[in-house]
Amino acid sequence: MGTGGKLYLYPLWLRIWHAINALGILALIFSGISLHYSGRGFLLLKFETAIALHNMAGVLVSANYFLFVLGNIMTKNGKYYRVKVPGLSKRIKKQIQYYVSGIFKGEEPPYPVSEKRKFNPLQKYSYIFIMYFFLPLLIVTGFALFFPEIIMEQVFRVSGVMLTAVLHSVSGFLVFIFLLIHLYVASLGKSPSDNFRSILNGWHG
Amino acid sequence: MKCKIHTLLCLIVTVFAGTGIVNGQSSVPEENRACLKCHASQTFSIYNEWTEREEKRLMNPLYILDTVQLAGGVHHTFNCIDCHSYEYETYPHNGELKLEPMMTCIDCHGGDPTFAEWQFDRVEEEFKKSVHFETHGEQFSCSKCHSQHYYRATARTSSDVKEIVEYSNNMCLSCHDNMTKYQLVSEHENPQLIEIHSWLPNQALHFRRVRCIECHTDVQDSLMVSHNILRKEHATKNCVECHSANSMLQASLYKYQNLRTRTETGGNNQKSFLSLFKVNASDEEFTSEYYVIGASRVPFLNVFFAVVFFAAVGGIVIHTIMRMIKK
Repeated sequence: MGTGGKLYLYPLWLRIWHAINALGILALIFSGISLHYSGRGFLLLKFETAIALHNMAGVLVSANYFLFVLGNIMTKNGKYYRVKVPGLSKRIKKQIQYYVSGIFKGEEPPYPVSEKRKFNPLQKYSYIFIMYFFLPLLIVTGFALFFPEIIMEQVFRVSGVMLTAVLHSVSGFLVFIFLLIHLYVASLGKSPSDNFRSILNGWHG
Repeated sequence: MKCKIHTLLCLIVTVFAGTGIVNGQSSVPEENRACLKCHASQTFSIYNEWTEREEKRLMNPLYILDTVQLAGGVHHTFNCIDCHSYEYETYPHNGELKLEPMMTCIDCHGGDPTFAEWQFDRVEEEFKKSVHFETHGEQFSCSKCHSQHYYRATARTSSDVKEIVEYSNNMCLSCHDNMTKYQLVSEHENPQLIEIHSWLPNQALHFRRVRCIECHTDVQDSLMVSHNILRKEHATKNCVECHSANSMLQASLYKYQNLRTRTETGGNNQKSFLSLFKVNASDEEFTSEYYVIGASRVPFLNVFFAVVFFAAVGGIVIHTIMRMIKK
């Protein structure tokens, strides 16, 4: 669906999902850091506020995740997340090459955005990892920590809750790092604000 | 056939020995057997001078002792008359003996260097500052919480934190969740524990995993178990006191475990897989056996988080600068 060189890549449901997810993840990161390092800094939230915010945002992001999965099953958006193994490492290498060298020489991106290809290979596989591995892991471990009585008492003399919490915080931390890189790479459009505008109005280009 | 009966008997003895029943009864002093003949039984026999007959009667349930618990208690080697009047040796007992003042802990333990480690005098000092003493004075004896018959020093002897918590909380609940016992010392309505603690997130979990005294006492680092129970208005409602790197739980619930771990390891951290999950907070340690949000932390993960974070931010900054230069 192209109009004047512009592509309508982000349908309304996806933008709503993305907005809720973005705000929810920001709330989770901030409250998560406040809980993990509680009592350590005046910039952090109060423990009880952080608990309430983390719980609410966690439930919201989890419910929203099902909207994402459902949307990808029911609309053609799901095709952008399909893994294509042949030539995968070659494509990823090419994209890395562009980011570490080509971009500085003013080269054109090797995998420009089109209706068929919304994401470049590096972007696609990082999204797949985040959305289909780390987010479900965070939801499952988060749910378990919400009801800690369902967690195994001890695993090799280590508290089951401790292991779940470690898994939860490591995954949460990696999502935080992903967010930093995601925001930076999003600013590499035609102008720094271009991609941010796209995810709000749906139109790319 | 004889052989089968013998095997069966051996099996029964083994099972009972396993449950501690055989062990338990054997550790009760011989002198107490006469007392326990009635006081560990549902019934007793008495010669009724009015009817001039030997009669069997039901024992008052409050005077029936659980011999298994008795054998596991700290005073299991004592003779009954070490604490109760020697006149109880006469049967039927003189009814007026019920009014004799009972021995208190300090009567035996106070000022005695043998028990210095247990700090009874400090315990008494702290107790006298508590709301229990303030409200009920001398009427509130140690035995209101610590049954002299069954008391076990779980905070020092148990390696299971959950057992320590349950044992300690049951002492509080024996009155605060029992209107009959509560009325022994108070005219007030027993507070509704669930409602009054409704502000506490994950209430059931807190009740199972920490002791009431964690929040309801003034924690003293120099005392194994704090005995200054505070008025409810002064109980801590500050989550960070436990949920922080400098968690108060180190000086209370996990104190004995910490002391013992340090003695066993000579103050050195164990260099094993398990030590990865040990958490440094001041100079105390949380072990990997339990997890407290905000207090438990994995040191190597902190390093990992810092390295990855600065690498990501550094990469973004360098990339931005490079783009600006090459523009």
